[in-house]
Amino acid sequence: MSQQIRLTTPLTTDDVEKLRIGDKVLLNGVLFTGRDAAHKRLFDLIHDGKELPIDVKGQVIYYVGPTPAKPGKPIGSAGPTTSYRMDPYSPKLIELGLKGMIGKGNRSQAVIDAMKQFRAVYFGATGGAGALIAKRIKKAEIVAYPDLGPEAIRRLEVEDFPVTVINDTKGNDLFVEGISRYAQG
Amino acid sequence: MMIREVSTQEIIKVVKDLCIDANYNLGTDVLAAFDQAIENEKSETAREVLRELKENARIAREEKAPICQDCGLAVVFMEIGQDVHITGGDLKAAINEGVRQGYEEGYLRKSACNPITRKNTGDNTPAIIHLEIVPGDKIKLIVAPKGGGSENMSRVTMLTPAAGMEGVKDFVVNRVKESGSNPCPPTIIGIGVGGTFERSAMLAKKALLRTLGERNPDPELANIEKEIFARIEKLGIGPMGYGGTTTSLDVFLEMEPCHIASLPVAVNIQCHAARHKEAVI
Repeated sequence: MSQQIRLTTPLTTDDVEKLRIGDKVLLNGVLFTGRDAAHKRLFDLIHDGKELPIDVKGQVIYYVGPTPAKPGKPIGSAGPTTSYRMDPYSPKLIELGLKGMIGKGNRSQAVIDAMKQFRAVYFGATGGAGALIAKRIKKAEIVAYPDLGPEAIRRLEVEDFPVTVINDTKGNDLFVEGISRYAQG
Repeated sequence: MMIREVSTQEIIKVVKDLCIDANYNLGTDVLAAFDQAIENEKSETAREVLRELKENARIAREEKAPICQDCGLAVVFMEIGQDVHITGGDLKAAINEGVRQGYEEGYLRKSACNPITRKNTGDNTPAIIHLEIVPGDKIKLIVAPKGGGSENMSRVTMLTPAAGMEGVKDFVVNRVKESGSNPCPPTIIGIGVGGTFERSAMLAKKALLRTLGERNPDPELANIEKEIFARIEKLGIGPMGYGGTTTSLDVFLEMEPCHIASLPVAVNIQCHAARHKEAVI
């Protein structure tokens, strides 16, 4: 049975091991944003043995490229982007201590295996609900790669940011389970 | 026959306003489809997602915010009456200027970039422009911002003629199945059958401009739309892929003659943020 849980980042191994697919989680604290271009840069730094602009240990990365903030607002619309494009980079980041990823859509088996091995989870946020989700983001500042515009790495402060556990540390997958429950024929 | 003059200044203004309107205000047909889906959907998790989408559309409309952070590439369809004379400069430059102004003034995300270096063009241009000359002295403009997530799940294939309509149906249903949660279901499926390689894709794209619930006027094709819709419903993918009975909101099929050797089929997947707004000048 799914449960509603409130968690504050950074996340510990203990925090994520308690989570099961279908759990509704309200995240508080800090999330870092990153999508295609930022992931490529992080990966290249790791490959060259250089220091990353953010310490990923215990952190949660949100795959998002927000719209520009209107005056007086911390951020524009900010729903998740499709996650599979980050699949080539995620296992390495998980190995370095990343505890959570937020996006939409399926992950590769390599990412699911890495989450199981190194204890991390993949959360889904509702794709296309960018205006709604933005209300849970209280502060946003660019911490790396401002030249990437919407793809820059931002540090977000969030309150009760709503997500659903899609892949847990046991290798389970909400997409597989959910679809098998409703598929006919 | 009188020639009617339309200035590029007017075109810039209309394109700008349509870009903003399309990104802030979800169509009433999509909102009605959410309501119907909330009523029919069997999964409580799925109903919750659908309620969130409805609430998101309300916030976007009231706060003048983009429905989705992916404000898309600006796809612009323009039907130009053959008795119109466009004055004041380059037409395509005017459309791009309208997009530039709309995406800047509307605080919309600029998503256009170089395909290889990935460097953002900075103003969401160039727009994807489809021009057509039609009878009359009016200009019809449609702006249909298209997000990357659902566009990435779209495909064109060249079937053998022997595959027939069964082959078309199987290709479409398999494409939706393989796309799973990626294109932000509940989706709208545009299908183009026939023409050439590129024409089939164009038919699929144009099919997405229909109002939800509007069937192909050919009763046989309308039945095929319904049949494909029923098969997609059985996939169980549901809103956001969390499982459920609402996987697509509608299926639109357009068909044209093709080469005796070919059977081109295109599937253009549209996410639930199905944005398109039009104006006539």
